[in-house]
Amino acid sequence: MPVIGRSKRVLAAVALLVLAIVGALVVLAAYLRSVDISVLEPKGPIASQEQHLIIITALLSLFVVIPVLGLVVAFAVKYREGNTKAQYSPTLASSKRFETVWWIYPSALIVILSIITWNSAHSLDPFKPLDSKTQALTIQVVSLDWKWLFIYPDQGVACVNEMVIPNDTPVDLLLTSDAPMNSFWIPQLSGQIYAMPGMQTQLHLEASSAGTFRGLSANISGAGFSGMTFSTSSRSMPAFREWIDATLRSPKTLDQQAYSVLARPTENAPISCFTDSDASLFSSIILRYMAPGSPSMNMAPGSS
Amino acid sequence: MIIANEITGRLTWGAFLHALITEGAVVGMALALLALAALVTYKRRWRWLWTEWLTTVDPKKLGVMYILVAITMLVRSGADVLLMRLQQATSVGSSQGVIPTSMFQQLFSAHGTIMIFFVAMGLMFGIINLVLPLQIGSRDVAFPFLNATSFWLFAAGMALVNVSLGIGQFSAAGWLAYPPLSELQYSPGVGVSYWIWSLQIAGIGSLLAAVNFFVTILRMRCPGMTLMKMPMFAWSVLCSMFLAMFAFPILTVTLALLFLDRAIGTHFFTGGGGGNMMMYVNLIWAWGHPEVYILVLPAFGIYSEVVATFSRKPLFGYASMVAALVAITILAFSVWVHHFFTMGAGADVNGFFGIMTMIIAVPTGVKIFNWLATMFRGRIKFATPMYWFMGFVGLFTIGGVAGVMLAMPAIDFQLHNSLFLVAHFHTMLVSGVLFGDFAGLIYWFPKVCGFRLNERLLKYSFWCWFIGFIVVFVPLYILGFMGATRRLDHYAASTGWQPLFIISGLGSLIIAAGLALLILQVGVSIRQRATTRDVDGDPWNGRTLEWTTTSPPPVYNFATIPVVHGRDPFWAAKQEDAAPPETRAFGDIHMPKNTPVGMFVGGFAFVVGFTLIWHIYWLTILAVLGILITAAIRTTSTDESEYTIRAAEVARLESSRQGVLV
Repeated sequence: MPVIGRSKRVLAAVALLVLAIVGALVVLAAYLRSVDISVLEPKGPIASQEQHLIIITALLSLFVVIPVLGLVVAFAVKYREGNTKAQYSPTLASSKRFETVWWIYPSALIVILSIITWNSAHSLDPFKPLDSKTQALTIQVVSLDWKWLFIYPDQGVACVNEMVIPNDTPVDLLLTSDAPMNSFWIPQLSGQIYAMPGMQTQLHLEASSAGTFRGLSANISGAGFSGMTFSTSSRSMPAFREWIDATLRSPKTLDQQAYSVLARPTENAPISCFTDSDASLFSSIILRYMAPGSPSMNMAPGSS
Repeated sequence: MIIANEITGRLTWGAFLHALITEGAVVGMALALLALAALVTYKRRWRWLWTEWLTTVDPKKLGVMYILVAITMLVRSGADVLLMRLQQATSVGSSQGVIPTSMFQQLFSAHGTIMIFFVAMGLMFGIINLVLPLQIGSRDVAFPFLNATSFWLFAAGMALVNVSLGIGQFSAAGWLAYPPLSELQYSPGVGVSYWIWSLQIAGIGSLLAAVNFFVTILRMRCPGMTLMKMPMFAWSVLCSMFLAMFAFPILTVTLALLFLDRAIGTHFFTGGGGGNMMMYVNLIWAWGHPEVYILVLPAFGIYSEVVATFSRKPLFGYASMVAALVAITILAFSVWVHHFFTMGAGADVNGFFGIMTMIIAVPTGVKIFNWLATMFRGRIKFATPMYWFMGFVGLFTIGGVAGVMLAMPAIDFQLHNSLFLVAHFHTMLVSGVLFGDFAGLIYWFPKVCGFRLNERLLKYSFWCWFIGFIVVFVPLYILGFMGATRRLDHYAASTGWQPLFIISGLGSLIIAAGLALLILQVGVSIRQRATTRDVDGDPWNGRTLEWTTTSPPPVYNFATIPVVHGRDPFWAAKQEDAAPPETRAFGDIHMPKNTPVGMFVGGFAFVVGFTLIWHIYWLTILAVLGILITAAIRTTSTDESEYTIRAAEVARLESSRQGVLV
């Protein structure tokens, strides 16, 4: 009984374990099909190139992962103390040939990855405008305590916590902050970029279809940080123009005074839109952090 | 409105008022301390505690104290984790979860701070204190009094973090407190000040300890032990301490500048007034990235010892292992920008730092292949330290893949600050550092305490940690891909994240069970010690010098300083089967006297930190004077700081120890 009974029990336990793992994986797969995996389900050219890079890198990494995991398990089994049949070489301490191999092997892989790294750092540089025949739309983004302000300088409108864009149109985003640092991120459209006070960063993205995409701050900025979400609505060009026209009729205007009220800390601010009467608002927000009384510091933000 | 009082600064009764759950933790901690004090009183052990422990300069005892503090902080931080996991599992849609935002933000800030500074650093310095002098055949460290001072500064920093729980509050600005959020304008309370001063004091302790061990390794190796004959753990500590000596001054200066911004209105890192917040981000990571390697290199050293010992083979590729360590040490200072590719540094800068980061994967990969080659044609005994090593290889490799992804700026834009990043660095730090330190603790425990730990319970603990880790962090990797960012105390139901947060929370319970087993098995092991006693000082068939002395070693480690002729000297001696000479010529041994000065310095440093936090400046001045005066008395004292153990006494001690061995 002991030997056979034990091995049977072990077998049953292993079978049960495998079954449990397979079951868990099936449930997980079903769940993952039912939700958005934003980064892996891109809705724009930038995010989709970034997704390809993720997949390429993961596949290239397998050239290290598989041998390492395979060898560690194989050696653990083969050279275990109990297996006296395995060869034991108690003085084996080095091998020029093999050590050279495993200095060169990962190096070669890193050379390939480095080329991809360098090229993609340039082609996907967030400051680089997109190649497109379509005229780009410029939006100025200001992170506030704890909401996002989107200013459309050419259209003369502005919105809090909602960014409406036309699809298949490059969008040039200029970002700053009038609050602690935040990181601006719409996972389905592109990677993130920081918004920092007194500084201007850029992000260029495009939506390839109509839809609503979740946007959020990725960097802790204080008490209302978790509520710093916004919605990105991508629409056809006519629908976008319609939205601009409707917003232009908004009773609220965004002059310096309205802005100073808006900039006060609030949490989970609702979407609200303004007609923008002050075209220099964005640059004035940046300049507030520059040395006082030096107009020469005007670095003309907004030129893209 | 805060009005500074001349006597108590900004400290008012209001500072003691907190949410019920915090008060519970404070009362619990106070009761635990009281119970401990009552136990010491009941057992009449105060004198023993004072002479044997609190005033000790023996690195073996300081090591034990480091580890006790670190494990206590691991438990505290574990409790913080459970609360955070509970919050994230429940705070969705209309539910606001179990704790308020302010507490959640303090929890994650404290978690990172405590785990790095008071758990990982504590375990690391603890193990270095226990093992390093023994491994290099030395009786002590280069500066024993400085060593005790380092420990007490570490303890003072730890005490400040925990005092913030009861008096005032801790930082809510994340574990690295980026300005301008950490500036007075956005964080007007005492939280960031607590963060600054606990890190500043502990950081100075770490810097002093780094200098101490660096000098110890270079100057105090036994005859014959050239650098290239040192055990790999000693090499890894040498590299780690080198990094620490160059990295920690950056931290000290950065924290000091942030403090000046907050205390006297300078503009080093502020938004306006010519401040440069990105300078802070650069500086803090110029310390912060090397810090990762400061922690992980000694763990690599531990793995090197463990794999060689339990494979019954010398470490494979010693020279390339040293080369890899040195390469990592140098590269560690050239990758810090990868922590903020997303701040718009430009394609050339990002590309350069991305490639530098990837290059570190090469020496790391070489180390892993060399460990595998050490197992190759070995006779592997699967004692528990090997379990942690195997778990490390599995998790670290996967975490490394995630790291290579994040090293690519274009991918980092999509994954930075997401839970994918959180999962990545936890994979590296838990499997790389924590598992390594656990392996080291279990491996060297018999040397320190004279008996082995309970292997069966340790294996259960390992499996809880390993499986629990996967259950916690695989959901976080997926959540990162789903666009979930770190540090969220609330999210919308429409995100669909909740099931994964719940699974992750369940996983944290499995790890909690693993931690409980890890701690409780010590009790079981103590009860069973009669059967697991390490009678010959060599429980694992070891290879290096620490196994040649008794367990626990005498205060002077070695009665006669060993002379070595190669690597793995003990293993070589055992192969030659050379019987130890019957009579050895013992000489007089000079050892440093115990002194409470290190503890006084730590105590004063605590007062300095606490009073600066609360603006009680008159007391700050007194405490600084206290440090200067005790140090002055110590250095100018005509009392002998050493005592001599006469040769005859050594012979008597040794013969009684030999008696134990038989």
